Amino acid sequence: MGTGGIAAGGAEVLDAFKKELKLAGIKASVEKNCSLHKVGCRGLCAKDVLVDVIINDEKTTYQFIKSDMVPRIVKEHLIEKTPVTDWAVGEDYHTFHKKQFKIVLSDCGTIDPEDITSYINVRGYDALKKVIFTMSPQETIEVIEKSGLRGRGGAGFPTGWKWKLCRREAEQPRYIICNADEGDPGAFMDRAIIEGNPHSVIEGMIIGAFAIGSHNGYVYIRAEYPLAVERLKKAIKQSRQAGFLGKNILGKKFDFDIKVKLGAGAFVCGESTALMYSIEGKRGMPRPTPPRSVKKGLWGKPTVLNNVETFSNVPYIIRNGADWFASIGTERSKGTKVFALTGKTKNSGLIEVPMGISLREIIYDIGGGIENNKALKAVQTGGPSGGCIPADLLDTPVDFESLAVVGSMMGSGGMVVLDETDCMVNIAKFFLEFTQAESCGKCVPCRIGTKRLLEILSRITKGAGKEGDIELLEKLSKDIRAASLCGLGQTAPNPILSTIKYFRHEYEAHLKGKCPAAVCKELLTYYILEEFCNGCGACLRACPAKAITGEKKKLHNIDPAVCIKCGACFDVCKFKAVAKE
Amino acid sequence: MEKTLEKILEEHRAREGNIISLLQDIENSFGYLSEDAVSWFSKKLDIPASRFFGVATFYSQFHFKPRGKNIITACCGTACHVKGSERLINGIRKELDLSEEEDTTKDKEFTLEKVNCIGACSIAPVVMINKKVKGKVSADKLLKELRSLKDIKGEGK
Repeated sequence: MGTGGIAAGGAEVLDAFKKELKLAGIKASVEKNCSLHKVGCRGLCAKDVLVDVIINDEKTTYQFIKSDMVPRIVKEHLIEKTPVTDWAVGEDYHTFHKKQFKIVLSDCGTIDPEDITSYINVRGYDALKKVIFTMSPQETIEVIEKSGLRGRGGAGFPTGWKWKLCRREAEQPRYIICNADEGDPGAFMDRAIIEGNPHSVIEGMIIGAFAIGSHNGYVYIRAEYPLAVERLKKAIKQSRQAGFLGKNILGKKFDFDIKVKLGAGAFVCGESTALMYSIEGKRGMPRPTPPRSVKKGLWGKPTVLNNVETFSNVPYIIRNGADWFASIGTERSKGTKVFALTGKTKNSGLIEVPMGISLREIIYDIGGGIENNKALKAVQTGGPSGGCIPADLLDTPVDFESLAVVGSMMGSGGMVVLDETDCMVNIAKFFLEFTQAESCGKCVPCRIGTKRLLEILSRITKGAGKEGDIELLEKLSKDIRAASLCGLGQTAPNPILSTIKYFRHEYEAHLKGKCPAAVCKELLTYYILEEFCNGCGACLRACPAKAITGEKKKLHNIDPAVCIKCGACFDVCKFKAVAKE
Repeated sequence: MEKTLEKILEEHRAREGNIISLLQDIENSFGYLSEDAVSWFSKKLDIPASRFFGVATFYSQFHFKPRGKNIITACCGTACHVKGSERLINGIRKELDLSEEEDTTKDKEFTLEKVNCIGACSIAPVVMINKKVKGKVSADKLLKELRSLKDIKGEGK
């Protein structure tokens, strides 16, 4: 029951089970033999609501469950002991999980995120006990350093190293912040982790605080994630009651507590210095670095800022050892990465894969290929800071360095798959609209540069592009990249540069007045295919511009001079007789 | 209004909040930041109103005009974009008779807002109606829902 599951009716399904179980008289043994759990996101959100029925260790998973289907499951499966095979998950549910390797998500979807004992039962807070009772802060940092864990927020800075740098600072107090301001459109890993296993993030933060010697922590989380905020606050409260947070943690002389700060909707606040200003209650505008935030961070004091997924990895590394973690992944990118696989794949959802897996394996083995038998065009990774990787580079391994080589980046973990019906110029424009709107306005290259880039892209998509526009985009992009103050501006041109690099022909086609994917409205013409039109008149009635003429049961016609290209006829035609190019 | 403002101020002082959390409280109580409310706090706390507005205009969460009874939030994230969110938004505008520049209907029943990403990308396109997330939305389904909200309003009269 993450945000996706609840949207699909998870709460209603849970209620239906409660009701039916009561009716069937199973209530008497609810505690002992039959228990009902609600869990966090299990990844395959596209098939929500998912329900597990486990009888004597034999598990059946059902997909697309609605509350009115519950009575049959209770009757046939729970009482008569025959699973309802028609509704059980198919082969693709299993292949979706086969190539995954779950660390951070290993307990997501099996434990109840609103109950601390559920986490403790899967060895939760054992890592904290190990650190506090048997290790020194220095030893803790050494383990994290040796594991090779790198920041999962995008840039991939070595976590252990960051902690060490902060610990070296003499100044007090020191702060530790968890960045849950997941602003990348197309990414929802951090939301799912907090919704599914909030205690792992809290435990990671406490261990981090112990390592760097901090007593105050903050979680900066987007207000757009109400469920995650609620579960996080609940988890912090439970953790405090259990003695893992607060004064004299586990009876030792170590005090640490966490406050939750809600973001107010600014993408740039994902940048470390901007985020800290925002916690202070100011406009979230980045400042030049150095000094880095490990020296001068929140309120000018030494601060460690890590991402949700990074913190969530920490307890698992402490419990299983640095060598175990370092054995997963590639030479320079250790461990796993959580991705939000979305867009045009058959299976979409939250996945966790070992570093070094190829994009092809992710899209075809886990994602099940492209939906509706369309051809894959590109994969967009890294959100507005990343780039589009074309189909012929699908064997690129997914790690920090390899993705940078092909002109994209790991980013926080958004992975949007695009098919042949997506226009790459339109995608570049989409991201530029985003970065341009989210530019904080402090430095000129970003504030004015992204605006000019967007203007050029807009005129290209409207068929008013000029010769030399592509070269102008390239030049301007390189200047913005070199001269911007923070990561937002430096990476904002990436979507343009990567699409020009791999899809230059699409830009050229737009300059000639054609949109090859038939997306850009101004470059389209709608027309009716004679062989499919039976004259039903649906398009004629739907057309708001009265551009369609034709008698009943006879071929209809669209007047291109009157057509406003709204696409209403295209949507309404049941016979696929309206075409566009 | 005065009473609510006093209460917000009290809580603000008790937890030593900052400008952002104060603005969030005002927004939560009134639905938007009115000039009156902000200047009231400006006087009480002796902070120039420009500081409040400087912060408020920086963040997209804050609103400066009263919003409608029903809030429709259309997700414009990447996954929703490639799955046709723009078409949905145009459809909503048409149904509610909103021009490109307007967000709120004249009868203050509906407000249409865009959000960068709700984070429910695998059930794209996504629209939130009064904070309830609706996934895999089609134009038909959405318009039906809007019309039923309109009907509720009709019956209330």
